Amino acid sequence: MRKITYGEGIREALREKMLENKNVVLLGEDVGPYGGTFGVTKGLWEQFGEERVRDTPISEGIIVGASVGAAATGLRPVAELMFIDFLTFGMDGLVNQAAKMRYMFGGKISVPLVLRLPAGGGISAGAQHSGSLEAWVTHVPGLKVVYPSNAADAWGLMLTAIDDDNPVVYIESKVLYSQKSEVPDKVTKVPFGSAAIAREGADVSIITYGKQVHDALKAAAALAKDGIEAEVIDLRSLYPLDKETIFGSVAKTHRALVVTEEVKRGGYGGELSALISEQCFDELDAPVVRIGALDSPVPYSQVLESLVLPSVADIVKGCKEMF
Amino acid sequence: MYRKMLRIRKFEKTASVFFAEGKIPGFVHLYIGEEAIAVGACANLRDDDYITSTHRGHGHIVAKGGNLKYMMAELFGKETGYCKGKGGSMHIADAELGILGANGIVGAGHLIATGSAWSAQYRGTDQVSVCFFGDASTNQSTFHEAMNLASLWKLPVIFVCENNLYGISVSQARHQNIKDISQRAIGYGMPALSADGNDVLTVYEQVGEAVSRARAGEGPTLLEFKTYRQHGHFEGDPGAYRPKEEVEAWLQKDPIPRFESHLLGSGILTEEELETVRSEVDEEIREALEFADASPHPAPESSVQDIYSDLIEEARIR
Repeated sequence: MRKITYGEGIREALREKMLENKNVVLLGEDVGPYGGTFGVTKGLWEQFGEERVRDTPISEGIIVGASVGAAATGLRPVAELMFIDFLTFGMDGLVNQAAKMRYMFGGKISVPLVLRLPAGGGISAGAQHSGSLEAWVTHVPGLKVVYPSNAADAWGLMLTAIDDDNPVVYIESKVLYSQKSEVPDKVTKVPFGSAAIAREGADVSIITYGKQVHDALKAAAALAKDGIEAEVIDLRSLYPLDKETIFGSVAKTHRALVVTEEVKRGGYGGELSALISEQCFDELDAPVVRIGALDSPVPYSQVLESLVLPSVADIVKGCKEMF
Repeated sequence: MYRKMLRIRKFEKTASVFFAEGKIPGFVHLYIGEEAIAVGACANLRDDDYITSTHRGHGHIVAKGGNLKYMMAELFGKETGYCKGKGGSMHIADAELGILGANGIVGAGHLIATGSAWSAQYRGTDQVSVCFFGDASTNQSTFHEAMNLASLWKLPVIFVCENNLYGISVSQARHQNIKDISQRAIGYGMPALSADGNDVLTVYEQVGEAVSRARAGEGPTLLEFKTYRQHGHFEGDPGAYRPKEEVEAWLQKDPIPRFESHLLGSGILTEEELETVRSEVDEEIREALEFADASPHPAPESSVQDIYSDLIEEARIR
């Protein structure tokens, strides 16, 4: 076992797949010599050259759209947008083209692309650089969506994403890039649709992903002091979703709390909550609780930002209310 | 080339009739009057070259070698159609013929064709991509993003603009402040020209030169061909926004009789030989219709198949 950062986990997966398959190529703004806005692709341009690690113009439409065309004709592009917020410019390529091509064309064309999207707030980057837009992409049939919370999963999920024959949206938590965690000597693929139980507990299930897994673990530690043992489920993949693990945990704890960083209105947290309510109604001793950001764009001021984004205290409070 | 132009014309005339009779649902955008462009362009292409098409895609699919039976069955929404009845008129694709899809989104093809051209360049093949699009789509950001990257990376893509003078009901003069779309290439350092799109030989020649340049690694070209659609934007659109005299004048320039006169005038084909081609194409269309009509509707469970390569959506069939 050794410790590496989340960003290094992503990079090592990219390196491993690029060594293995010549058709894996990277593209995006500043992914070349600069090494990516958050340093994820550092060293890959030097190792694999200009042809395989391509800086593009600041032009998200063509980054996504050209990736679709390339993926449909034999390449396995991994495209990076600097911030998930900029997906607004690349939405047609992802939603109307990549996601629908296989279906519209009767299964005859596949689009094996991976779209990397740094997401989330917490760095005082303001409303246009702090988005949590997972609900937009998980809403679309044809896309797979993953969201790792640690270096080993970041690595393992990326290996799976690049090998997948479908378009995969790979969401990265910006505040985790420099966070170190243990990875095994030989990292293996993390299959999609397999959640991890980050902490076992018998009293309440906290269901979450990405950065919020760490908050949930902190909350669980605080709850333990009051005699409440929380089970923390790290979904890792939002679609396909590991329903079995969620339902199994709820059947054990009889209480479910969903934590997301996105605003609650119309969010993926609502989907998770509805799913649990529909499928586990008889198991529940209390209504499902949702914790999310306030219905607000993410503010710049650190004071306001910490108010708008969900906190460890919010999770603790939410759990306690169920007893 | 004559046979292909005729295939498109007769296929679409038939589609028009069956749409009016209610046998073909949804939207049908016909290419009648623009056949010279698809046919002249694709005559320069190999099966492994790529094309992207538009919502007015029948012509491009036929010109690239698409199968009329599968096309007609798709229009009828049948299981034997190109897309198993899930795509329809606007979404026909054939990976084996490099047809990366007709597309219901105006301007989406610019990006996809740029991507397939990048892929060919990266893989070191000499395949080219031809991107067909309309005049109004050059107002989309996708057009500009694609032109910029294709020019910057010297990609083997040929942008073929079919300027039929209207974006649905809005005339070109009301949607852009330029007359020739080829002017737009100046801003991207790309060679370009505007030419008569109703003359199949002109199209063949101009696209041929662009294809040679692209295959030789010399980068993209923008070609604008002026043309006119004889029907409304979609079937059911009477096209009342177009002056009668304008329609009449363009009907006089119909690319098919024009090419027939050339073939006869230069002694390449006789009237009897033209007639033989006509009746052979009629027979092909008849067979396509029979095939489409006799084919089964898609099975209910197929509605949630082909979304992913490896997952079946959990949608319940109600």
